[in-house]
Amino acid sequence: MEHYTMNLTLKVWRQQNGNTPGRFETYQVKNISSEMSFLEMIDVLNEEMIREGKDPIAFDHDCREGICGMCSMYIDGRPHGPWQQNTVCQLHMRAYKDGDTIVIEPWRANAFPVIKDLMVDRSSFDRIIQAGGFISVNTGSPVDANAIPVEKNMADAAFAAAACIGCGACVAACKNSSAMLFLSAKVTHLALLPQGHPERRTRAMNMVAQMDKEGFGACTNTGACEAVCPKGISIENIARLNREYLMAGLTSE
Amino acid sequence: MKWSEMFTSSVGKKVVMALTGIFLILFLIVHVGLNACIWANDGGKMFNAGAHFMGSNIVPRILEIGLFAGFILHIVQGLMLEFQNRSRRKQGYSVAMGNKGSKWYSRSMGILGTLILLFLVVHISDFWLPNRANQGFLLGEEIDLYVKMREVFQTEWVVVLYLVGCISLAWHLLHGFQSAFRTFGVSNKKYLSLINTLGIAFSIIVPLAFALMPLSFYFGWIK
Amino acid sequence: MLDSKIPSGPLAQKWTDYKGHVKLVNPANKRKLEVIVVGTGLAGASAAASLGELGYKVKAFCFQDSPRRAHSIAAQGGINAAKNYQNDGDSVFRLFYDTVKGGDYRAREANVHRLAEVSVNIIDQCVAQGVPFARDYGGLLNNRSFGGTQVQRTFYAAGQTGQQLLIGAYQAMERQVALGNVQQFTRHEMLDVVIIDGKARGIICRNLVTGELERHFGHAVLLCTGGYGNVFYLSTNAMGSNVTAAWKAHKKGAFFGNPCFTQIHPTCIPVSGDHQSKLTLMSESLRNDGRIWVPKQKGDKRKPNDIPEEERDYYLERRYPAFGNLVPRDVASRAAKERCDAGYGVGTTGQAVYLDFKYNLINKYGKAEANKQGIQNPDLDTLIRLGKEVVKEEYGNLFDMYEKITGENPYEVPMRIYPAVHYTMGGLWVDYELMTTVKGLYALGEANFSDHGANRLGASALMQGLADGYFVIPYTIGNYLADDIATKPIPTDHPAFVAAEKEVADRISTLMNVKGKQTVESFHKRLGKIMWEKCGMARNENGLKEAITEIRELKKEFWSDVRIPGSVNEMNPELDKAGRVADFIELGELMCLDALNRNESCGGHFREESQTEEGEALRNDAGFSYVAAWEFKAEHDWNLHKEELSFEVAKPTQRSYK
Repeated sequence: MEHYTMNLTLKVWRQQNGNTPGRFETYQVKNISSEMSFLEMIDVLNEEMIREGKDPIAFDHDCREGICGMCSMYIDGRPHGPWQQNTVCQLHMRAYKDGDTIVIEPWRANAFPVIKDLMVDRSSFDRIIQAGGFISVNTGSPVDANAIPVEKNMADAAFAAAACIGCGACVAACKNSSAMLFLSAKVTHLALLPQGHPERRTRAMNMVAQMDKEGFGACTNTGACEAVCPKGISIENIARLNREYLMAGLTSE
Repeated sequence: MKWSEMFTSSVGKKVVMALTGIFLILFLIVHVGLNACIWANDGGKMFNAGAHFMGSNIVPRILEIGLFAGFILHIVQGLMLEFQNRSRRKQGYSVAMGNKGSKWYSRSMGILGTLILLFLVVHISDFWLPNRANQGFLLGEEIDLYVKMREVFQTEWVVVLYLVGCISLAWHLLHGFQSAFRTFGVSNKKYLSLINTLGIAFSIIVPLAFALMPLSFYFGWIK
Repeated sequence: MLDSKIPSGPLAQKWTDYKGHVKLVNPANKRKLEVIVVGTGLAGASAAASLGELGYKVKAFCFQDSPRRAHSIAAQGGINAAKNYQNDGDSVFRLFYDTVKGGDYRAREANVHRLAEVSVNIIDQCVAQGVPFARDYGGLLNNRSFGGTQVQRTFYAAGQTGQQLLIGAYQAMERQVALGNVQQFTRHEMLDVVIIDGKARGIICRNLVTGELERHFGHAVLLCTGGYGNVFYLSTNAMGSNVTAAWKAHKKGAFFGNPCFTQIHPTCIPVSGDHQSKLTLMSESLRNDGRIWVPKQKGDKRKPNDIPEEERDYYLERRYPAFGNLVPRDVASRAAKERCDAGYGVGTTGQAVYLDFKYNLINKYGKAEANKQGIQNPDLDTLIRLGKEVVKEEYGNLFDMYEKITGENPYEVPMRIYPAVHYTMGGLWVDYELMTTVKGLYALGEANFSDHGANRLGASALMQGLADGYFVIPYTIGNYLADDIATKPIPTDHPAFVAAEKEVADRISTLMNVKGKQTVESFHKRLGKIMWEKCGMARNENGLKEAITEIRELKKEFWSDVRIPGSVNEMNPELDKAGRVADFIELGELMCLDALNRNESCGGHFREESQTEEGEALRNDAGFSYVAAWEFKAEHDWNLHKEELSFEVAKPTQRSYK
């Protein structure tokens, strides 16, 4: 790849903590290499700010290879930035050119309160999983792994749904701040496997109840979640969740 | 899960929207079918026969109550959902996501629905209300709705208003039709593509037919 | 002094006998016992879930915002298990043998055998949890082969096996959270162990959101905190991966085993510049289908696709005909370094080799697919097209990842790869029961030193983490806690808690008050450079001695010139990082000391003084067949304890992959 450098203007949301109001600050970054990742570009800015005695920008990140789901920036009106099926940490600066202005905001949703700057609290996702996103099997001696064959198509579809990294981009993108894509990925993953069958009804019911409790909105099938999902989780999963939920509602006592 | 829980959760509310939506779609089919009789161009004979059946027979009149219930439920639930969903993000974004990932009309169901509601108020007070008033809200004598139509659709702004109503309906259906089936749990790609095609066709044909009615009278395409 | 508590009896019976005779805690008593689990990766989450299921009161801590983010999630290739589903001659013994051999005879036989035994249960357990492993059309599980073995025993879920396994363990743990058996503390970092009457009784941790220090009691403490590869600054570890928990335990009396044993993974995306913050692994499974080569001609600047077949040097196939591209990681890494050092490296930096899929894409997958579809005499384009489809299914996400980072399409152009720090075989010394030299303090998974010797085979880390958490600790911890059932929870205003918290608070305030000029990051980079150059893929006496001096100087400079912005009582990522880097600096010194002491080459540890004429690693069994367990005494001062390794079943031989 042809390599080049650029100067950029960043408008970044700064907020001391959850109790104080935030505001946008503007920063100039210089000599950014096109080979840098987006977060490395923020690293460069932070290093400079520390040296100048300023408070660096707090942001969540960990694996920097697109799998842990920690990074969470809403860049120029799109969660995880301009690339398709991508996380912020995988976004590279060759996506930008000299002189660009980039606006960076945190995930916004009542259920994801800001902790500091671009960091938000996504513990609501953990609580949704606690409500039913599991198969109730204790560690021990279950049957042999090959005792129950699983149709390859089903296994593949379950895997595709299980690829969710729990980053919350779906919520950030949804006009209703709905977590339905996240829920549906888990419900689909477990409902498609025979091991998950016994609990499929209660799982859907309990997870939806928890989602509502956490203050996420309802799904209106706009498809924004699917468009920004770094793992390409399909919106069809939401339909499947709806079906699981309806069946649960119709068949439960 | 109790029935009440089932219909008041976030998914349940959507089920209510989908159920009433499909019901209203069915109504549209009846409505457009009946009204299309005006193009028989027989001075409203065929049309009035149908209208008369709908207005004077006890069965459609009872169904009418269900229709109103369906409308009210769809409208109230829809508006409530819209407001609740909007309140889930107290602090908004400074750069909106816009059309990066979703269509404007799927994000604007509340506004489109409100436009349709406003249209509906005018529409009901144009036809249904005078007619039923004439009937004493029972099974009394009806007015000649064909004549009434010709009369109403002579005014320019009314025709424009009806066109706006039909366009809003088209966009509303374009999202609503397929969304309802998703809410019912259709996740199979094969069926979804069928429903999508059907939805697009329906959202174009039905509102277009409705829109042609005032135009037909206004431009005197029919007697 | 070091008692590894290996049960007596024949190797294959040890674990069964141990389980049959180990002390038990009855269910009513389990509810009175509290266990602290630090870290929620594969080892931590599986341990927390399993112990919660048994009825212990568990507190699980992680520094990330959710337990599901732990870096186990990034493991790509797979997990080994001696299932022999492929009928290719695998067995528990073979897995054991391959692991001991792959570890270059520096692992403990009894532990490795136990690992191979429980590997089978792990797969059953994970499938029951809903881990979507890859399957065949018949609905049964699929396997692939991995470096260092000649059987197909690796279970996988595309290139996201670690993610799927971790999510399985995470879900099991969240279920226990919902049931009230596990309490979860996210964005909490452990900063010290509290020891009362010689036993670990709790931890001090910092709430990273508020900055407050917290005291937590536990009858036992489990460290499942992963490895310390980030001591090299650039590694495939996550940005937050750190040694702090293990290092605090070490300073409180837990011995550190074989700290110099570092795995350099052969297939990573090369460094592109000074700005680089981490390195990304390309799964070893790619070596199944990719052929590694460099140009035969030095400094050949042609584009890879312009270099004809006969001018390419497939050096692994040339040097190791039996294993070819599937030699163990240490061997592959050194061979790449050898070629690059000799001037045959490619790319702008010359620090890279090619990993080329074209051959197998056409000849293996393309032809097989053409046969399947009944296409007679397919042309090259058809073969490439068909091959691409198969490769996409196998490795699609890895290829996408490569393209995102480099901007190059690996379906068309060979990948450029170079070795990078990936895993640390060293870690806290533990006995057979996974207990460190501090009573009641355990280390699981990558945080301990136990199962991989001097080199870890691919797809074994996931296996070990889950083995420790699901199937080992639930038994061994009972043996300790059975004697502790009468111990009431110790109130956290006990003087030992107070003292430990004060120590932590003082250290934080010292750090904050340095108010120097240099950033934490810059110190970390400098440490990484020293470590990589002098304690990296090749090490020698002079280099190591220099490194020790340089690290000591760096430490002084750090504590007198580091600048940490912000304040203590708030979310302050720079402060978190400063504490971690301070510990890495101390660890770096110990690693160099250990590397200096071990004057032999074994596995990932290559001492230039100890090599064969062909440049292969030369082990010295007479002098170094031991685990080096280092006891911390004072700053710059450690005591070496040796745990002699005896090999009764897998007799050491010179490793050969030729």
